[in-house]
Parts: sequence; structure tokens; C-alpha cells
Amino acid sequence: MSAAPSSNAMRRDLSFKILARHIRDQIIVPVYQAAQEWHGIAPDHALTYYSIGAMGQASSCALGLALARPDKRVVVLDGDGSLLMNLGTLVTIANQKPANLLHFVCQNGEYEANGGHPIPGRDQVDFAAMARAAGYRRADTIATLDDFEAKIAGLLVEAGPVFVALKLVAGPPPSQDYGFIHGAPTRAAFKAALRQS
Amino acid sequence: MSADPITGAAILDQIALSGIEFIVSVPDITTSAGLLWPIVEDQRFRLIRVCKEDEGVSICAAMSMAEKRALLLIQYTGLLDSINALRSAGCEYKMPVCVMAGLLAKEPGVPPTQSKSFGVRIVEPILDAMQIPHALMEDAGDERNIRPAIDAAYARSYPTALLIGRQM
Repeated sequence: MSAAPSSNAMRRDLSFKILARHIRDQIIVPVYQAAQEWHGIAPDHALTYYSIGAMGQASSCALGLALARPDKRVVVLDGDGSLLMNLGTLVTIANQKPANLLHFVCQNGEYEANGGHPIPGRDQVDFAAMARAAGYRRADTIATLDDFEAKIAGLLVEAGPVFVALKLVAGPPPSQDYGFIHGAPTRAAFKAALRQS
Repeated sequence: MSADPITGAAILDQIALSGIEFIVSVPDITTSAGLLWPIVEDQRFRLIRVCKEDEGVSICAAMSMAEKRALLLIQYTGLLDSINALRSAGCEYKMPVCVMAGLLAKEPGVPPTQSKSFGVRIVEPILDAMQIPHALMEDAGDERNIRPAIDAAYARSYPTALLIGRQM
């Protein structure tokens, strides 16, 4: 069997562009480089809660939002290095059973923002298996854009907690806008948008 | 003459009056019998058990964005372990995180900074360095400080710490 054609390779920017086409009023919780990527692709999505500042905390922030606003769908765009810093979150989330939580982990196998060093166990770690064992309602791994395109609409309405590892290949580095992502006005805009939503 | 000890029931009443809906917790023997076990049965609160205390910092901070009030009930060791999350979400991003931390092994009647326990001694200086207000809950009547502290945290949008000074 031949390798997947490069046009079908799971680049983060291309997968986020697919995601952005399906997003309406969901809360998006992206982390670090995923946050930079998402900001570049969907800069006007006010319901974006940028989870940066303390690595590993995106899914915990998302759980807080999901429990506080059960009427809203919350989508986490986690990183693999980030998730490894907070693996207990998988058990905490599974125990709370938030039906409105969809947890993506962008699995590129490296600490992209910190020199490109490999994450421990990059060649054998199976995040979906971890989430499944922790008790997520369902967990899956997606490795092609075609598969992502085919499944994303269903994932966004499926009862959670659902976990999906996105097996990524390297793409162009996202532009960096730390001023926006770290800025107090961004958090204030999110809070205002959430209040009105 | 020593003061009467603060009670768990008095603390929980003040927490409820402060508008706290969610209690996020890792168990601590200092507050297990007096607070956490009663919270399990207390219909005024929803208990969220977390695996590690920094998860709780993030959960409480995020809930504030949805205008929900939460309290993180932990041991001081968990507070020390969560300094980076508290630094980021609470101090730098200026989000309200209300922490109630048991001072394990603090001697009743002894100020935390004069405890024989090194860990207990450094808690208040660290909070001071982070400009996080703190109050000691040890004697009957101390619970009167809970509601003003929580209200101030949400009004100011900054963390606060309530330190439980004796096992209950």
C-alpha cells in the first residue's frame, strides 16, 4: 500500500481551516502554537479562550467552561507536550462526563515552541488509548485530512467527552502574535462574547 | 485562655453565602472531616474532584469567565505545587481564583510564619510576594472574613487565599 499523498497529509494549518468552516458558536480553547495557528485562521472568532501562560492547562480550562456553561459546546485544541504535563486531566474530565466537551490533541511529537525537541515517547505514545482507558466516552486517532473532513461535523455534535488525537506532519510555522493572545482585551472580549452567547 | 476552634459548618455557611457553586478539590487531611466529607452531602455545592491542584486553578479561573464562582479546596502543599498556574491565570491574567488551603501540621495558636514546619512557614511569604491577600481561619469568628475575601477576589479579579490553621 502506498503512502498517503502529500495533499492529504495532516498539517495543523490545513486541519484548522477545515475545522473553522464548521465552527459556529462553539467555544474554542487552543494552546500555544495551536493558539497562534487558530488566531491566524479564525481571528474573528470571539468565543476563543486562549489557554497559554501555564503549559498543560488547556483541557482544565475547557472543563471549567464546559461545566459552567453546559449549553455551550467546548472544543479544546491541545498540544501533545502540553497534555503530557497534565495527564491527570484525562481522568478528571472522564469522571465529570461533560457531554459538551470535544478534546483534540495536536500530536506533532515535539515541543514546537521550545526548540523542536521530541516529546518523551514520541514514537510509541498512544494518546487515544490513554483517553479511552481514562474513561472518555470515545477516543480516536485521525491521520489524514480526508478522514478529518469526513468526521468533523459528526464530532462537533457527538455527546462527549470525546477525544481525538490529530497525527500531524510539519507545516509552515504560524505567525506569532503574543501581544494579542496574552492581552487583557482579548480575555475581556471573550468574556463579553460568552455573556452574550 | 485559648479561643474556640472554627467549625466546618460555619465555614461552609459563609462559602455558600459568598455565591460559591463549585468546590474543586484534592483531599487534605486537615479539612477532610470538617469540610470535604460534608461538602459531598451538601446540596448547596457541586464537588469536582481533580487529580492535581493546578487543574483546579484553571477550572476556577475559567469558570469566572462564565460568571460562576468556585472555590479550590486543597492542602498547602498543593498550593505550592500550583504556583505557576496561579501566577499565570491569577496574577498575570488577573482572574479570580479563591483558594482554601489546609496548613497541615501547623500548631494551633502559632502564627504560620512561626511554625516548626518549613512548608507552613513559607506559605504566607510566597503569597505576599505574589501580592495575593490571605487570611487565617483558625478560631471561631474567623469565618467572618470568608465572604469579604471572596467578594473582593471577584470584584478585583485577582486570587485570594484562605488558610485553615487547624485540623477540623
